[in-house]
Order: sequence, then structure tokens, then C-alpha cells
Amino acid sequence: MLKVKNLEVYYGVIAAVRGINFEINEGEIVSLIGSNGAGKTSTLQALLNSVKKKGEVVFGGYDTKNHKTHALVQKGLALVPEGRRVFINLSVEENLRMGAFNNDENYKHLKDEMYKLFPRIEQKRNQMAGTLSGGEQQMLAIARALMSEPKLLMLDEPSLGLAPKIVGEVFDTIVRLRDEGITILLVEQNAYAALSISDKAYVLENGEIAISGNAKDMIGDDAIRQKYLGG
Amino acid sequence: MDISTFVQQMINGISLGSMYALIAIGYTLVYGVLRLINFAHGDIMMVGAFVAYLAQNAGIPFELAVILAIIAAMVTGILTDKIAYKPLRNAPKISLLITAIGISFFLENLFNVLFGGVPRAFSAPDYLTKIIHYDGIIVPVTVIIIPVVTLILLFIILWILNKTKYGMAIRSLAFDIPTVKLMGINADIIIMLVFAIGSALAAIGGIFYAVSYPSIDPLMGVIVGLKAFAAAVLGGIGSVAGAVIGGFILGFTEIVVVAFMPDLGGYKDAFAFIFLILVLLFKPTGIMGQDLDRSRF
Repeated sequence: MLKVKNLEVYYGVIAAVRGINFEINEGEIVSLIGSNGAGKTSTLQALLNSVKKKGEVVFGGYDTKNHKTHALVQKGLALVPEGRRVFINLSVEENLRMGAFNNDENYKHLKDEMYKLFPRIEQKRNQMAGTLSGGEQQMLAIARALMSEPKLLMLDEPSLGLAPKIVGEVFDTIVRLRDEGITILLVEQNAYAALSISDKAYVLENGEIAISGNAKDMIGDDAIRQKYLGG
Repeated sequence: MDISTFVQQMINGISLGSMYALIAIGYTLVYGVLRLINFAHGDIMMVGAFVAYLAQNAGIPFELAVILAIIAAMVTGILTDKIAYKPLRNAPKISLLITAIGISFFLENLFNVLFGGVPRAFSAPDYLTKIIHYDGIIVPVTVIIIPVVTLILLFIILWILNKTKYGMAIRSLAFDIPTVKLMGINADIIIMLVFAIGSALAAIGGIFYAVSYPSIDPLMGVIVGLKAFAAAVLGGIGSVAGAVIGGFILGFTEIVVVAFMPDLGGYKDAFAFIFLILVLLFKPTGIMGQDLDRSRF
């Protein structure tokens, strides 16, 4: 579904991503883990052409090189950005409407689906999104991204700043979405939580892939656990 | 002063206020999405009035001339964005501001060169210019038509902003352009839409101005644009309702000064700006405004 070859991202002369390769197959949850500044967010932004990049990104069989961000979203890539970035001056329902900007015909149906998936945000459908709690905003941000019916859903640090119980809820939701057929690229600092639901994982370190492999094996590997998973 | 004079002046105030409001909405919308004080906005109004004038001179009926003027203003607004502002989207805001002032000078001088600086009489059909006498009140029909049209346009704008997905995108854009793109929305199209709406309203405001005063010249947009800008800031820049409120406050202030303190009539513009300064001293964000950056999260 997504193939990345020799991806590089530079901010001026500073390299954020230095020639990484990875691949995501349909129906998988793939996680990209690593510490702050490892290049995770830059990688996601490069996949959506939101930053200048070098290298090849093939999504669903075509090269994404000449597409702008909004066009790639229309093609089925969706990103739940770091920090959630819900439109705080819009109501919950209007946020969902924005997510379905190019999906008028399925908007009503999808909106009901999202309220079933996240009953907590349904209760607040007419409130400004800025009044929601962090966990509710995260759910809204995910729901908003799903409104475009993406083929590949990318989540940037969905656990950031959330209470452990809410993190669990968010991760359960991610698994459920995969079971419904959505491919997922999960970017996380919370490596243990990410690995526990992933099929495949890549560990990013200083803009390079340090280790990759089967997520379950990586949790089991003592050396990896000590180095990257905090014991 | 008798009651009929008072009512007459109030009607004049509403009419003048509406005109400022129409133009102020354009300032506030563009500021809302780009954080740019579009100093060329007053000149877009002038372009609208000029096109209406030229079209009528070419024998085109007034109603059609108005439509042509609106289209011409929209095209001018969109082109200024495409040519002058778009390349500077990631540049410091001060570069954008200076560019806007440059565009303003350009449009003023272009029209000066093409058509000369002498004011020209603007003709309008009789149904707009005829005078109503009612119980001692004497006003031209335009002062009734202007607020009514303004109110209708205001409702259309608020409906677009609050009920349509394009309006929601405009409101989202004010807070977070990168995330708007993540919704699969072409932000440039939405920005284009903002310029189109603002310019259309400016053209209508310009034609109202031309009909009321009845003359036009290439610099007509300078002082009116400045006052409409003051109205937008007074009401709280970024807020459409604020722009309208600011427009009315300014319109009334001016009329009150002229009507009730005729000796100070020459200072009417000064009063408008004194009002602006006073409001900003006590509420720096304007009457309806919020601190857009601090209310982010």
C-alpha cells in the first residue's frame, strides 16, 4: 500500500530524516517509534508533501511526488496530527464536516458511524471543540480524519498528554479500525504501547532506521527492550 | 432640532454606517485568514465604482453595470492575491503589509493615468436618486436601500460562514492553515473565495458611495477605505459582526458630529479616529474581537 524509498528531509542544512526505507501492507498496523527529534513527525509530513523531501514515496501504486498535501488526502491518506489540532473555534459536528469536505454524499452516514464509535463526542456535538478534554479532542481528531474514508490512517503521537486509561481507549480504537480494514501507520514515543498493537515496527534514531521487524518479536527481545523501551 | 430632523439624521447615519460596514467586512475576512491588513481593499472599492461608471458610459444599463463592477472587483481582488500576496504566504507579515500598500498605490495611480484625477459625475437611475418626503423627513431613496441591501448581504455572508462547508473552512483557516490542508481542502481556493467575497462587497459599497455622493475619482478609496479599516478594528478585526457594528458606530459618529455640532463638521473624520483610539485604549481587541493567538488553545 505504501512504499518509501530513500526518504530524506532537510531543514536547511540540518537533516531530520536521512534516507529511510519502509513499507506498509494493506491491513497492517505499522508503528514508527523513537525518541523526540528522531525524525518521526518529519517523516509523516514528508509522506504528505507538507515539507520538502527527497526520495520516492509510492502510495497505492502511484508516485506521490507531484501531489500537494490536500490532493494526497483526497487520494486516501489521512493524518491525525500531533497535538490533535482540532478546529477549536468550530463545533464538534463542524469539525467532522471539515473532515468530510470532499465526501459530501457520505457525510451524514459517516457522522453517525463516528458517534457510534465515540459516544462521548456525540454528547458534545454542538460544543466548540476547544472546550473538549484532551482525550475527547484526540477522539474528535481521529473521527475527523476518518470522515474522509482514508485507505491509510496515520496517527502522530495519539497518546501524547493523555491519561493512561484514555491511552488504552485510543489504542483499542486503533485496533478496531484496523479490524474494519483501515491500514494504520502509528507514530509513537510510547514505544511499548505502540508495539503491543502493531504488526510491524521501525525504530527511528537520528533520522535513520535503527531496527525494524515484527512488533511482537521486538517486545520479546531483551536488547531492544533495554535500549528503546526503557527496560 | 425637531424630531423629523433627528430621524432624518439617524437614517443618514444608518446609511453611511452600512456603507462602511460593507467595506469593513472585506478587511476583517482577509485579516481573519491571512492576518493581513489589505490596504488595497479601499482601492478595490474604487475599481468597482469605476467599472460601474465606465460600463454605464458605454451604454450598458445600470443593473448590468453593477454586476460587471462586482465581477471586475472580484477578479481584481483575486488577482492581487494570486500575483502579490500568494508568493509571500510564508514571508514575514510585514512584507505582506508593505506589498498591500504597494498594490494600493499601484491601483490608484493606474486609474489616475488611465482616466485622470478629475472627479467624474456618477449617474444612477431615478428610482435610486429620487427624494422621499414623509412627514417633514426628506431623504433620497438610496439611504433606505443601502441599509436594506447591507442587511440582506450580511445575512448571506453569515449564512455562508456558519452553515456551509466553505464558510467552515474559512473559519478554520483563521486558526490553522496546515490542518485545513489535512482535511483535503485546497487552502488557496478558500483564500480565493475570501478575496472574492470581500471584493464583491467592496464593489457594492463603492457603488453605494458613488450613488450617494454622486462622483468618483481614483483616490475615492483612500479615506473611505481607511475609515472602513478603522471600523473593522473598532468592532474587533476578524469578526464579521464586529465589522458591521464598527461600521455603524463610525457612520453615526460622523453624522452626529456634522448634524449636531455643525461648527465641528470639518473635524468629522478626526472624530471617527478619536473614537477608534478610545475604544482601543480600553479594549485593544475591539468590541467583538478576541485575541486570536492567545485563544488558540
